[in-house]
Amino acid sequence: MNRLQNLFHTKKTNLLSIYYTAGYPELNTTVDIAEALEKAGADFLEIGFPYSDPVADGPTIQHSSETALQNGMTVHVLFEQLKDLRKRVNIPILLMGYVNPILQYGIEKFCKTASEVGVDGIIVPDLPMYEYEALYSKYFLDNNLSNIFLVTPQTSADRIRKIDELSNSFIYLLSSSSITGGSLNVSTNIEDYYKRIKAMELNNPAIIGFGISNNATFTKACEYASGAIVGSAFVKLLAEDNYLEKIPAFVKAIRP
Amino acid sequence: MKYGVNELGYYGDFGGAYIPEMLYPNVEELRQQYLNIINDAGFRAEFDQLLKDYVGRPSPLYHAKRYSEKYGANIFFKREDLNHTGSHKINNAIGQILLAQRLGKKRIIAETGAGQHGVATATVCALMGLECIVYMGEIDMARQAPNVARMKMLGAKVVSATSGSKTLKDATNEAMRDWIANPVDTHYIIGSVVGPYPYPDMVARFQSIISLEAKRQLLEHTGKELPEYVMACVGGGSNAMGMFYHFLDNESVRLVAVEAAGKGVDSGHSAATTFLGREGVLHGSRTILMQTDDGQVVEPYSVSAGLDYPGIGPQHAHLYKINRAQYVSITDDKALQAGLLCSQLEGIIPAIETAHALAQLEKMQFKASDNVIICISGRGDKDLETYIKYFGF
Ligand SMILES: Cc1ncc(COP(=O)(O)O)c(C=O)c1O
Repeated sequence: MNRLQNLFHTKKTNLLSIYYTAGYPELNTTVDIAEALEKAGADFLEIGFPYSDPVADGPTIQHSSETALQNGMTVHVLFEQLKDLRKRVNIPILLMGYVNPILQYGIEKFCKTASEVGVDGIIVPDLPMYEYEALYSKYFLDNNLSNIFLVTPQTSADRIRKIDELSNSFIYLLSSSSITGGSLNVSTNIEDYYKRIKAMELNNPAIIGFGISNNATFTKACEYASGAIVGSAFVKLLAEDNYLEKIPAFVKAIRP
Repeated sequence: MKYGVNELGYYGDFGGAYIPEMLYPNVEELRQQYLNIINDAGFRAEFDQLLKDYVGRPSPLYHAKRYSEKYGANIFFKREDLNHTGSHKINNAIGQILLAQRLGKKRIIAETGAGQHGVATATVCALMGLECIVYMGEIDMARQAPNVARMKMLGAKVVSATSGSKTLKDATNEAMRDWIANPVDTHYIIGSVVGPYPYPDMVARFQSIISLEAKRQLLEHTGKELPEYVMACVGGGSNAMGMFYHFLDNESVRLVAVEAAGKGVDSGHSAATTFLGREGVLHGSRTILMQTDDGQVVEPYSVSAGLDYPGIGPQHAHLYKINRAQYVSITDDKALQAGLLCSQLEGIIPAIETAHALAQLEKMQFKASDNVIICISGRGDKDLETYIKYFGF
């Protein structure tokens, strides 16, 4: 079992995950931010590695990616920074990024290095299920890495079943079909969607992401899922002065 | 078809549908339905009728006598510039709007570089009474201002893409983001043979009318169906794929695809994708793209907005890799000079995109008996300002 699987084994509700882009706002604070977030109480983290053309991201994460690239962040640099990760941080860590930088690094080598530095899972929004299953799942499984799939309100029940089969930690439930940085949609349609997922009694717990930005949206999401992920709202905090010192208050405000 | 797409959406090593889950239902709907829809007799009849009466097809195959004299071969121009709206882009736009109607979509989005695809899309939306939003890079909006005005006059909303290089690649990103946020009522009319499967195949089929006609027309002109050479410029590659399509399986026909070298392939300001690129994923397909060692997409450059794109369609990547077609590149200067030459020798002012293909004629070694078809993908009206500035008229 990796740390992520362990976590979901022991804790079933109100899980809080935070996303941030490595290399933003400064190149070398990736592990400092992780450490601060763990101390502040986050349950697990998603560290994004930047891509020049992030089609699933809204303006906030686009901007952080652009800045990170200007700062010199690359997959190589990130793995170098994460070498001592496990001396300082214990909570589960996911890497999140687009498929092209992974392909250039080499997907087999990427999985191996990720596992060596203590990463527990990977989220690649534009890696198709078919290619994952046919070509790459071996590298994930050999390295004890969980692959995380996204589900939207438009994802069919059959496909959700298939995703559940291929998953071994959690399923990333999008609050709506949207890019990152929107607001949480709580129309009746969406409630129906969450209820529909809940009724499917999937093997893997669901975590809700996209549009979670404060205590109200976090609490709402936790009514329907095992927890929620905060992304753009945290990336906005990183734009402020003395952001490291502000992390405890930020986390407390989301989940007191 | 030997060089066509397989049932998984691949051309050899290239293609597929590398898209986030948010786009999956849309793309899957298309994948399941596109062949049924476009092979349906009613669809074909409506498509053919519109191409004839609205677009003005067949476009002529013109024997360019002064060009033939100059280059020592029989040079034929396939006149896509004479289509309604001024380029080949309308062929695809007509096909996709009919498809969108059959899918029950109410809202149309598109990306555009030169503005030709945006104009074509705005045109068919006006024709069908559908809402139209076109994404266009900020830089392209400035250098193709006449087309921005045309789109607005046709009732489209033009949204400027201000991220990244502010050109075609970024307009495509913005269109994809829009589609993610509007998964149910919207159809994305991609303007070239790029994007996730089934787009490359679908757009190639709509553009294949170019070579279907050209084959028949060449027979009328010369008594032969097959030319020695077929040439076209490549941005994403749709006019080239349309021009190549019905010649692909005729191995004796040499296919020449012309990319934009910008200020030179080694200048750092270029869009010569096969020369500068490597295999990877761009805009939903595995293809060849210009990128850094770290897998970041490199911002391309060309004087021609329609060729200013860091990738090529996956079928082109395949034809390149297996050497079925030859990929070459032409600089800004050579293209602009060729545009002037074509204007003054044949009385045809070509789009700067097209001028890249024309410039390649200078580098070819023809035999006097060779028949050469070159795709005149568009007219130069939209580029007058660039020509005027360059030549100081
Ligand atoms: C006249 C003309 N030719 C060529 C192109 C390049 O596109 P493609 O390679 O898809 O034909 C464009 C694109 O805008 C164009 O307007």
